[in-house]
Amino acid sequence: MATEDINKTNNTSEPEDKGRRETLKALATVPVLGALAYGVYKKQKLDRTNRDISDVFQISKDEASFLEPTKDGEKIRVGIIGFGIRGKQLLRAAGFAEPSWIDKMMDAHKQNKKDTRYEQYLAQDSLNIEITGVCDIFDVYGEAAVLAGSNINREGSNGKFGKAPKRYRHYQELLAAQDIDAVIIATPDHWHSTMAMEAARAGKHVYCEKPMSWTVPETYMVREAIHETGAVFQLGHQGRQTDCYQKAAEIIGNGLLGPVNLIEVCTNRNSPNGAWVYDIIEGSSPDTIDWKQFEGPEERVKEYMDYMMKYNLERYVGPEERSKFSLERFFRWRCWWDYSTGLSGDLLTHEYDAVNQIMKVGIPHSATSSGGVYFFKDGRTVPDVLQTTFEFPDNDMTMLYSATLASSRGRGKVFMGHDASMEVSNILQVTVDRDSTRYAEKIQNGIIPTDDPFYTYVPGQSSSDTVTSPTELYFAKRGLLYTYVNGKRYDTTHLHIREWLECIRQKKTPSCNIDQAFEEAMTAHMGTRAYLEGRTMYWDKDKEEIVRGEQA
Amino acid sequence: MKEIRNYSNAQITWLVILRIFIGWHFMYEGLVKILNPKWTSLPYLLDSKGPISSFFINLTQNDSVMTIVNFLNEWSLFCIGFCLILGLFSKLASIGGMILLLTYSLSHPALLDVSYMMPFEGSYLWIDKNLVEFAALGVLCAFSTSKIIGLDRLLVKILPTGFLKLKLI
Repeated sequence: MATEDINKTNNTSEPEDKGRRETLKALATVPVLGALAYGVYKKQKLDRTNRDISDVFQISKDEASFLEPTKDGEKIRVGIIGFGIRGKQLLRAAGFAEPSWIDKMMDAHKQNKKDTRYEQYLAQDSLNIEITGVCDIFDVYGEAAVLAGSNINREGSNGKFGKAPKRYRHYQELLAAQDIDAVIIATPDHWHSTMAMEAARAGKHVYCEKPMSWTVPETYMVREAIHETGAVFQLGHQGRQTDCYQKAAEIIGNGLLGPVNLIEVCTNRNSPNGAWVYDIIEGSSPDTIDWKQFEGPEERVKEYMDYMMKYNLERYVGPEERSKFSLERFFRWRCWWDYSTGLSGDLLTHEYDAVNQIMKVGIPHSATSSGGVYFFKDGRTVPDVLQTTFEFPDNDMTMLYSATLASSRGRGKVFMGHDASMEVSNILQVTVDRDSTRYAEKIQNGIIPTDDPFYTYVPGQSSSDTVTSPTELYFAKRGLLYTYVNGKRYDTTHLHIREWLECIRQKKTPSCNIDQAFEEAMTAHMGTRAYLEGRTMYWDKDKEEIVRGEQA
Repeated sequence: MKEIRNYSNAQITWLVILRIFIGWHFMYEGLVKILNPKWTSLPYLLDSKGPISSFFINLTQNDSVMTIVNFLNEWSLFCIGFCLILGLFSKLASIGGMILLLTYSLSHPALLDVSYMMPFEGSYLWIDKNLVEFAALGVLCAFSTSKIIGLDRLLVKILPTGFLKLKLI
């Protein structure tokens, strides 16, 4: 084997030649750097060429904007009616968490460092409000609300609490209180409108959980009350604060999808909790629950019964007497039309409101529904599988809502256009259609791919590119990306309440105002009535009325 | 000089090729990250598993720590790759590379009962590609070539003996 002796000696008979050989050996690998640099240059150039689609795909680098709080705004005194699951979430989003929840979050963080909900919660902005009154007809919830309302420092059970808000047992007492400027309504559906109207007439501003109404007649009444009083009204579709929806509106507005002709929106759940089979809370009994108040406002109940009787829908009423105390009905009220608006009012409305925000479609021309109780045969009267088709001939499109409470297969919110389709969730993706006219040339030239999403928008990322690395996408889809690094990540419910409060301070109109709420409620009612009556419902735009089609 | 070995041509060729390939891999990994201003190791660290995952996850909890971690990772990869290709301070570069790979392996060990969000492109049991590259760098450390083919060949002549005693070359 040939061997090579190196550095054995510096004395050589041919110093020049030796020197050259030395240098060559020392620098032998330098050309590799050149090759690497050339490769990187070529790759960058290729990427740049691929990205040059500005002639057909114009999109701004703007990030979503939200109504910013004014400095030194006045403190708003807030009351809350209803402190069940949603009421707790709302008060927490407003900055007042139950101490026991804080304990739980602290423990969760100790168990798992990745669980930073506690830290994020502490980092949430203060909204400069005071909780001065709380109301719940169940004593356990009422007392919990008092504790949460006094938890001004967001502390656990051993913390120092502030002044306790007053607990009211009847909502009318709370509305009569002088030290309350604004109320949050988080009661069962059958109370929403009545309370919203009365609150507005009592001079309070209103944040009302969705859907806005339970019966059709009250929908007009609450709109009138809000318009008359000038109360600042926000309906609880926190999706209004979803970053992606603003980008989605821009994409559709710029015509990047071409004419949108079909929108598919879904609800996919698969758990008892998701199907509204909530826990029966310890300490609940006829002594601790004001059942009389739970039954509902008399006038509204009459409207409901009148409608059900008039159209032979008795089978959907009850089956238990309204006056009969029932823990199931109290905690799982969403399962019965007697208190609920079903999938249509509870979950379809979120989807519809998102579409209405993005495309401003208004109330649909018609609604047709079908479905049934197919899985949770627990005595409920509301369906657990529901399909509703809304037609928007003015917009040349259909919106299809499809829901099941017994399968969680992910089906997104998809806007289908001739040139591209767009899927919107916490991130947004546009996939170009292979038969598109707008992009035909770019597709042919291999510049725009049609197999994979072409454009991805990830909130929190300062600029979006048409090329997103798979890693980033992978994590973004799981909500992990940019959670900690680029500043705070906000809870949409927090932002939605913040917007409402700021509108009160700045005398502005919230994004989900009463007119949007009216459209939401009527759309949901059309879907519900179509299901109950088994026929298509039409919207008479001029008369602002739901009109029945022929019975199938 | 004890360190200078006699290699066969085949040995020197393959050892230098191994050094260049690992160097190329490191340098390009570094370059990609440096050229992408949005790159961050945050998601990777958040996905850490195994006995000391809490250390890596804790790094993500502080913005300024993350800035340092990202900077160090990007430029270490780049510099290690650069040095390996050129045969410059190659022992230091090899050991630096081994340390870097070891931290990756500690944050993402290929254990029996863990799975990662970002799947690797292969299937591994205890030994993954990071560890293979780690061992290869160990080989380069033990069978140094930079004083034969590489800038270290010149450096050993120029640098003072005191410096050479640091064994960075």
